[in-house]
Amino acid sequence: MENAKVKEFFTSLKRAACEAGRSVADFFKKVFQNKKAATGFCILMLFVLMAIFGPLIFPYDPTVDYENRYAPFSWQHIFGTDNLGRDVFRQLVAGSGSVLTIALLTGVFTVFIGVFLGILSGYAGGVVDKVIQGVTNIVLTIPSFPVMLVLAAIFTIEDPFTFALVLSAWSWAGLCRAVRAQVMSLRERDFIQICKVMKMSRTHIIVKELMPNIASYILINFIMTMRSAITGSVGIMMLGLAAYDPTNWGSMLSNAQAQGLVNPKVIPVLLVPLVTIIIFQAGAILFSNGLDEILNPRLRIG
Amino acid sequence: MEKENITAKDRIKSVLTKVWKAIVGFLYKYRYFWKKLGIAVLTLAFSTIVIFFIIRLIPGDIVREYALSLASSRNIPYDEAYRLAVSLLNYDPEESIFLQFFRYVGGLFRGELGVSLYNEDITANLLIKQRLPWTLFISSVSLLISFLLGTWLGSLMARKRNGAADTAISSYIVVSGSIPDYLMGLLLVLIFAYTWKIFPSQGNYDAFYSEPGWNFKFFYDVLRHAFLPVAAYVFVQTGTWTLMMRGSSIGVLGEDYISAAKARGLSERTITRKYLKRNAMLPLVTSLAVSFAALFGGSPLMESIFNYPGIGLELSARIGLKDYFVVQGIMFFTSSMVILVNLITDSIYSLIDPRVRKE
Repeated sequence: MENAKVKEFFTSLKRAACEAGRSVADFFKKVFQNKKAATGFCILMLFVLMAIFGPLIFPYDPTVDYENRYAPFSWQHIFGTDNLGRDVFRQLVAGSGSVLTIALLTGVFTVFIGVFLGILSGYAGGVVDKVIQGVTNIVLTIPSFPVMLVLAAIFTIEDPFTFALVLSAWSWAGLCRAVRAQVMSLRERDFIQICKVMKMSRTHIIVKELMPNIASYILINFIMTMRSAITGSVGIMMLGLAAYDPTNWGSMLSNAQAQGLVNPKVIPVLLVPLVTIIIFQAGAILFSNGLDEILNPRLRIG
Repeated sequence: MEKENITAKDRIKSVLTKVWKAIVGFLYKYRYFWKKLGIAVLTLAFSTIVIFFIIRLIPGDIVREYALSLASSRNIPYDEAYRLAVSLLNYDPEESIFLQFFRYVGGLFRGELGVSLYNEDITANLLIKQRLPWTLFISSVSLLISFLLGTWLGSLMARKRNGAADTAISSYIVVSGSIPDYLMGLLLVLIFAYTWKIFPSQGNYDAFYSEPGWNFKFFYDVLRHAFLPVAAYVFVQTGTWTLMMRGSSIGVLGEDYISAAKARGLSERTITRKYLKRNAMLPLVTSLAVSFAALFGGSPLMESIFNYPGIGLELSARIGLKDYFVVQGIMFFTSSMVILVNLITDSIYSLIDPRVRKE
């Protein structure tokens, strides 16, 4: 008896896994049919691989080597060395993990807060809606970057988690408003009304009916939030308010800038992290634009 | 006698009711505006509270820290330094936070945004007066240029879809979107100020070269210093405007009046100028106003790259100094500007477009 149940459980699990696998495979097939999305995806995956496996292949040695200050590009030092003779490429690889973690966590936090409040506000309506919109209004009015600076001063940033919290604390408001608008327009559509008439549970309507319809929007916003998180984190690091990780790209930039740009030898040290950031951002933009084209059919006609 | 009295009373009554009706009618006619005004005032009040208390959360006792720095710099014992710090700082550590808050709000009503902790002559009003014009100068010039350039490119893209221009502009949009504005500034400084030495690398004007005043030399110097930051802003912002204008223009191109204009045999130039651009630009005006409101906060990073004495650089420096009163004053000013500009745009928009009023 119990054996049969276990078997049944495993078959259903298998079926669910197969289905999920098929939809994921379908998604990737679509991604690779779109040139923009494919390029962006490859760039982002390259960064992820660099963050995971890079430090194993190219371990970073932070010891100071005065003999090799500002070494030019070579096979030994792919992107040369910095003012203390440390390999720039290996710094870049070592820092990618922390940069990506910050971006990922910020994306998760921001999207979670924004989507949660947006759905709550759009679906519940009434007083809840008014209160949430009031809070959103206040957050949108107070300029975000100074608040981030103040928050960075409040929570001394020493790890990616705090950094992500600081970055997302003031950047969810726009997303919240957009999700609310989408939910409000979806709420009036027939399929939701039918669900309501059929007395389906609220969780069912929100999770099974509303979420799939705004999933593509959320995914795109998630990528764009990651992108702006990198902009913000690098900015805060360049102002010297979060100097906890010397290999983070922002610290590399501010370090190079502090050496004085008058010295032409500093230029490659500065340009390498700068160009890396730009490539990452370009990858994120291409991927999200491509996804937008794939997932929003109305753009395909235009 | 009595009759006259009654008529006089009646007359007064009728006049009063007329006035009353006029007031009610006036209030009723602009009821959406009053509601918006109320919401704006409420938002401002709450954001003042939020700003005040967020800044107080910064840890560390300022008096203690100032006393420590005084003790080490003047080589005096800590107790003496503490007393000196209390007398020097414009801050009473005994005062409760709520009392401070009410004093702050009272100051706001008198138009005093806040006095610096460290120097009584430095006030938020003074800093805003000194620094804001520079910020507004570079950022509004670049906003205007990028708006005009972006709308032009956007309508061009919408008209010539899938052409060479479309490909070129859309790759430009990706590139401009990938570079954060301050990094673009850094790149431009690297190229034009340090490698080619065409433009100055920092500051708003060169005090050795020209004197502030209404003379040509000063203007030239200011423009030369503003060129790189403006160029960086324009390069980055134009992409966004182009994208917005493209979307809006594609919508307008599908309208019947464009087809009608084409059928009437109007030249493409006339259609673009008179029909397409004007109609497609209308929804962008709101975003323009919102972006303009955001300028009042300055951009700390851009201004720190160019060492440009704008409000953003001052604000980030004051946050670093924990100069509470000045920081909250400047932030209050910025958010009130955002609220004010939003209120004005909303009201104008509802005057132009009656459909908006219903919401």
